[in-house]
Amino acid sequence: MSSKIVNLTCRQLRDEIAAGRLKSKTAVQASFDAIESLDNKIGAYISTLKDQAVERADKLDEKLQAGQICGPMAGVPVAVKDNMCTSFAPTTCASRILENYLSPYNATVVEKLLAADAIIIGKTNLDEFAMGSSTENSGLQKTSNPWDNSRVPGGSSGGSAAAVAARMCFAALGSDTGGSIRQPAGFCGVVGLKPTYGRVSRYGLVAYGSSLDQIGPITKTVEDSALLLNVIAGRDKLDSTSVDEKQAPLCDYLTELDKPLSNLKIAILPAFTEGADLQVNQAIGAALDVYRRAGADILELQMPSLDYAVAAYYMVATAEASSNLARYDGVHYGHRSEKARSYFDVYSKSRSEGFGSEVKRRIMLGTYALSSGYYDAYYLKALKVRNLIRKELTTAFQKCDCIITPVSPTTAFKRGEKIDDPLQMYLSDIYTIAANLTGVPAISIPCGFDDKNLPVGMQIISPAFSEDKMLRIARMYETATNFSNASPAISA
Amino acid sequence: MAEKINRELVQKVARLSRLELSDKQTERFTSQLSAILEYVHKMDDLNTDNVEPLAHCLPVDNVMRTDEAAESIPVRKALANAPGANTSFFRVPKVLDEDAGII
Repeated sequence: MSSKIVNLTCRQLRDEIAAGRLKSKTAVQASFDAIESLDNKIGAYISTLKDQAVERADKLDEKLQAGQICGPMAGVPVAVKDNMCTSFAPTTCASRILENYLSPYNATVVEKLLAADAIIIGKTNLDEFAMGSSTENSGLQKTSNPWDNSRVPGGSSGGSAAAVAARMCFAALGSDTGGSIRQPAGFCGVVGLKPTYGRVSRYGLVAYGSSLDQIGPITKTVEDSALLLNVIAGRDKLDSTSVDEKQAPLCDYLTELDKPLSNLKIAILPAFTEGADLQVNQAIGAALDVYRRAGADILELQMPSLDYAVAAYYMVATAEASSNLARYDGVHYGHRSEKARSYFDVYSKSRSEGFGSEVKRRIMLGTYALSSGYYDAYYLKALKVRNLIRKELTTAFQKCDCIITPVSPTTAFKRGEKIDDPLQMYLSDIYTIAANLTGVPAISIPCGFDDKNLPVGMQIISPAFSEDKMLRIARMYETATNFSNASPAISA
Repeated sequence: MAEKINRELVQKVARLSRLELSDKQTERFTSQLSAILEYVHKMDDLNTDNVEPLAHCLPVDNVMRTDEAAESIPVRKALANAPGANTSFFRVPKVLDEDAGII
């Protein structure tokens, strides 16, 4: 009974609960049954909220029984990446520096989930402060890929992606600064969407790269992605970088979802993506054939500036991070070193004890890029390269509706394989980074498996604020292939 | 045009970042940061002479509100995560000292 429930989509579960055929409490219990039997192997959750969740579910079930109308996610158990503030559970960012931090406020996306009557069941693991591509940089615990527990789930939203893939929640929120929703979604065989920069509020998202960060849904299906986006999108007066709805009107991402696009023009970038593993490129090739059969035109484009995206990103993101992480100073919250004897020590000893290596590496890179004498050559140069990439992308979108690439050059790699070579790890973001630098939306959907039964992710990149079209393009592939029916066989 | 990322530079940057590194860490970071910065120098291949820097993808304007007093977070809540506090202040080691003049 339990296992059938956890395979329902958010939309199906929501409908069953709204019709009175299923109780939210049953769904919450089913998620916790999965967590209790699987998470000691997978390690997706940093904290779980069983008592709170059951209490909320009970109250909701009463309201529904009394005939009250409830929100669009009523009764659905969801997980939230542990870099989004919750006042009812710690927010650790998977860091020792915030290990016991209890936020005094909820992130806007959390408020929106609560207002939609979703049941938040736990906070998921990530690379520390969202810095990483494998979740191996978590300062607190290890997460395994549910398809093969000797492999990484991807990162930095590895916990969220693993939790959805293993059916330990019905959907999860992740955050994406350089690919951190899309790449783990690809590695775990689920759907991950990064909205246009400004589409979703960043209030309460612990900042890593403020001009790059976006929160987005990780789900089993494209329809669920649209459902979650409806809940979390919108202007927020608490986030002045969220877009004014007069400039970029909101729409209901569900209404037109099943309408396929005719005269669809899909661009591919063979020069850029030829370095991907053979089996990854083969899976993408087969996916493009599905689109051809649906009437789409595939055209080849060149975007030479993309070769510089990783270099530009690791200057822009680290520069912004060095500034954003200056607040972790042992003074107002978080870890303070017991060895601190002077105010200088409070800062440097607390930070050195609390931060992991990758975080220190990125802070130092960013500090260097911004420092006197180097600012022009590094940070300013990177911002100019960013502009070049955006110009090239704008030109590309005049010729196509979307660009399709693999989400990553490889499928999920083995734990430990890249951790000692930071540059190799950075290069695994090569296909996802441009969407963050330019602010455009992108989605990763499962498009097959390699010969080790590891999922391959296909990325669709789309013009700014065109999530509705992008979701329809993704939905066309999902309808033709039923990819959402595949899930990992995990022995308890 | 890559300048030498040496131990001294790493120690200087660590200090600016308010990070204390062990000798082993300094050595490891020196070689890792060198490799990363050498890669970043790829960007020198691109001519950006007439290109404006793009710091933000959306045109962002400063957001203003009317100057009306409203509720702030209560003191008790603001101090709830403090490593050291008394009833209404964050408690820290002495700031002003003979040794306090450190840049």
